[in-house]
Amino acid sequence: MIRFILRRLLSTVLVLLVVTFVLYLLLNVALDFFWDLRSSTSPNIEALYESRRRLLDLDTPAVVRYFKWLAGVGGCAIGQCDFGIAWKSGQEVTDQLQGAIVNTIKLITASTIVAIIFGIAVGMISAIRQYSGFDYFITFVSFLLYSLPVFWVAVLLKQYGAIDINNFINDPTLDSWWPIIIGCVAMGLFWMGALGGSARRRIITFAAAALITFGTVYYILASGWMQQPTIGLLGVVVIGAGAAVVMTFLSTGLKNRRVLYASLTTVVIGALLYWPLMNLFYYVGMNWLWMFGLLIVAIAIAIAVGLAFRGPDPWDTARTTSFTAIIVAVLIFADRVLQGWQDYSNDPAINNRPIATIGASAPNIDGDFWITNLDSFTHLLLPSIALVLISFASYTRYTRGSMLEVMGQDYIRTARAKGLNERTVIMRHALRNALLPLASIIPVDIITMIGGAVITETIFGWNGMGKLFIDSMRQAELDPVMAYILITGLLAIIANLVADFLYAVLDPRIRVNA
Amino acid sequence: MSTNNDNQNALALDEVGDNAIESKETEGLSQGRIVLRKFLRHKGAMISIIVLVLVAIFAFSAQGIGGLPGWWKFSHTASGQVANPGGAPTWSLSSIFSLGDHPFGQDEIGRDNFARVMKGTQISIMVMFIIGAVCLVIGTIVGAVAGYYRGWVDSILMRITDGFIILPVIVVGSILGVLVGGSSGPMLGLALGCILWVGLARLVRGDFMSLREREFVDSARVAGASDFRIMFKHMLPNAMGVIIVNTTLIMSQAIVLEASLSYLGFGIQPPGISLGQLISEYQTSFATRPWLFWWPGLFIIIIALCVNFIGDGLRDAFDPRMKTIPSWRKMKKAERMAQKGAN
Repeated sequence: MIRFILRRLLSTVLVLLVVTFVLYLLLNVALDFFWDLRSSTSPNIEALYESRRRLLDLDTPAVVRYFKWLAGVGGCAIGQCDFGIAWKSGQEVTDQLQGAIVNTIKLITASTIVAIIFGIAVGMISAIRQYSGFDYFITFVSFLLYSLPVFWVAVLLKQYGAIDINNFINDPTLDSWWPIIIGCVAMGLFWMGALGGSARRRIITFAAAALITFGTVYYILASGWMQQPTIGLLGVVVIGAGAAVVMTFLSTGLKNRRVLYASLTTVVIGALLYWPLMNLFYYVGMNWLWMFGLLIVAIAIAIAVGLAFRGPDPWDTARTTSFTAIIVAVLIFADRVLQGWQDYSNDPAINNRPIATIGASAPNIDGDFWITNLDSFTHLLLPSIALVLISFASYTRYTRGSMLEVMGQDYIRTARAKGLNERTVIMRHALRNALLPLASIIPVDIITMIGGAVITETIFGWNGMGKLFIDSMRQAELDPVMAYILITGLLAIIANLVADFLYAVLDPRIRVNA
Repeated sequence: MSTNNDNQNALALDEVGDNAIESKETEGLSQGRIVLRKFLRHKGAMISIIVLVLVAIFAFSAQGIGGLPGWWKFSHTASGQVANPGGAPTWSLSSIFSLGDHPFGQDEIGRDNFARVMKGTQISIMVMFIIGAVCLVIGTIVGAVAGYYRGWVDSILMRITDGFIILPVIVVGSILGVLVGGSSGPMLGLALGCILWVGLARLVRGDFMSLREREFVDSARVAGASDFRIMFKHMLPNAMGVIIVNTTLIMSQAIVLEASLSYLGFGIQPPGISLGQLISEYQTSFATRPWLFWWPGLFIIIIALCVNFIGDGLRDAFDPRMKTIPSWRKMKKAERMAQKGAN
């Protein structure tokens, strides 16, 4: 296995080196290093050309310059990175990269996680309800998303997702009821299609979904929730209990009362810890390390609860309770972040327009851990929606396709024949096997996502790698472009290796030949 | 004897299965006819083909090709009198539907938006087809050679495809876009075609690898056919499905890629014109002149959506596992017929 990984690593790194070499030469031809001098009427123009030539070392052949650049980059191995300089601004590329890499990874991680979760869920349901209205609808939507140019969506998001929503937050009056009614009917139809069943069950689902949507929207509008959004203890309990029921339903079925009660107990413990946690957050400065520590504690408590309920298979219970605990923990975290909304919104740097259209963080905002997080979430919102829209479609299609393939296998028929209920067949036997091929899709999708991030970052002024690439291309700065190519290539290689490794570990049928 | 029995059993099973109607209909047809038939039945693909052809005819005839004049009264470059305040679209529903002079509106210097969108559609469709053609040729040849010869030829070709896959297409695309530079569509199409063929080559290679182990290849070789003849005369027709489907899918990717590059300023640049370039030029005026933004975007989506659906229809048509499930009504009808027969 290790030999296989090393061999793959070596060959791809060689490929990457060749790619950088070829692109370096191409860029030397493509970029015009004198673009700002072309229209200059300065009397000492010759001298300016000469100094530019010396600054960029253009008299040395490009091939030699490539190896000089490579030597500088190779210095990373001994802790002295030299990616060169961006000549237009005079900045060191290493300085430019530091913030950019973090920002891009933030954006891509957030979007990938959201896209995978929603894509798999929707794709699975679409496969189960094959050839139903819901399936056709989802197919159409995913084709539509494939066809949407991301820059076009981004401009629309800026207008309707940020400017209009911000206006609405400041002045929450509705012109007419139609949008709400249409929204409720749409939600009703969506859930009706997704849950399916007999005609009677469909009608009940439709009515319930529409009413719940209406109630939620009405509450949000009537109580002025938009000005001061919080979840609160009540919200944590209600949503947590809902999550406990759904988790139990998905993992063992609601008939298994032991698991249901165990998950509900987890929610109660979470609710009891709400005030102590709020006090902790108030008195102790927080950071992400604390957050992960607390999350692990939450999972540990949940596992303990699950095991305490004993029963024939305590680890099934423990698994369900820990998923519930994760949801409750996220809810409490979100609640604490939202408590800073009022302060954040009233900050002069924000000026009551909380949903940001530009940048990765607001300048001149000084707040604690919670405010900075809120700030980075409001900035993440739109760019990640734009990215999610694209890869959501591909995850949906892949999950649907592989799910359909698995559902046609003999062992699914066997599972049904031995009397397992449909939930167990789908969740235990079909879904797990259907998700295997996704391990090889994810790295491909991450590369696509990095490509999409180039456009998204440029439009939303997100100071990441993609924007660095585009800006440097426009300024004809060779070194940052090369740094981008190298780092993106490395990221892609790592993603591919992880995928190969995962695939070999998850699927025993795959033999690795070293 | 036993195989014969098995065959009959399989036939009988098929008769009672969902596919009874279809297998009756396709009896005695060649593979090509079956595929064509399946494709013609795919409603989404058929509608898409009609829409795409209409859009293409409309765009090419409105602005004319090369020296030929089109039927639309304005050209995409000429500025003129701004008819409505701000250049708003002139069509109205007030009495009877009337188009007016500038149905898609005008920009700030009075250029007709309809003419510009039509010209942009022309260029975008052209670039899309050039990319498709280039990918088809390169991808098929590379994939066929790699899959047929295997060994070191395969290794080298596949390492080359690795090199293309490492980076997002938009990155390599913008570098090539700057390299070929500026305003001409065909050159950009050729350049982009050189990076999008990779996926196709890999799929064709996979197909060829399994095809070369088949008996008909051996018999062709025994009969003395040259490698070239075996590859392109005997094996290629068997890989046609993969090639056609994936070229179509590449084309749907290509139109969005071209638009994105032009939007970023690395594809087609003014005075050249394409749908992405139009959006790029007018994006700042979204608040004041939204029509300049909506129309080009709408045409990109229509074209990409149509090509995607055509690709989907082709995939279903070529996939032998794909079974067309008879509609509920057809099944009921068959059931009634069966009952009538029983009585």
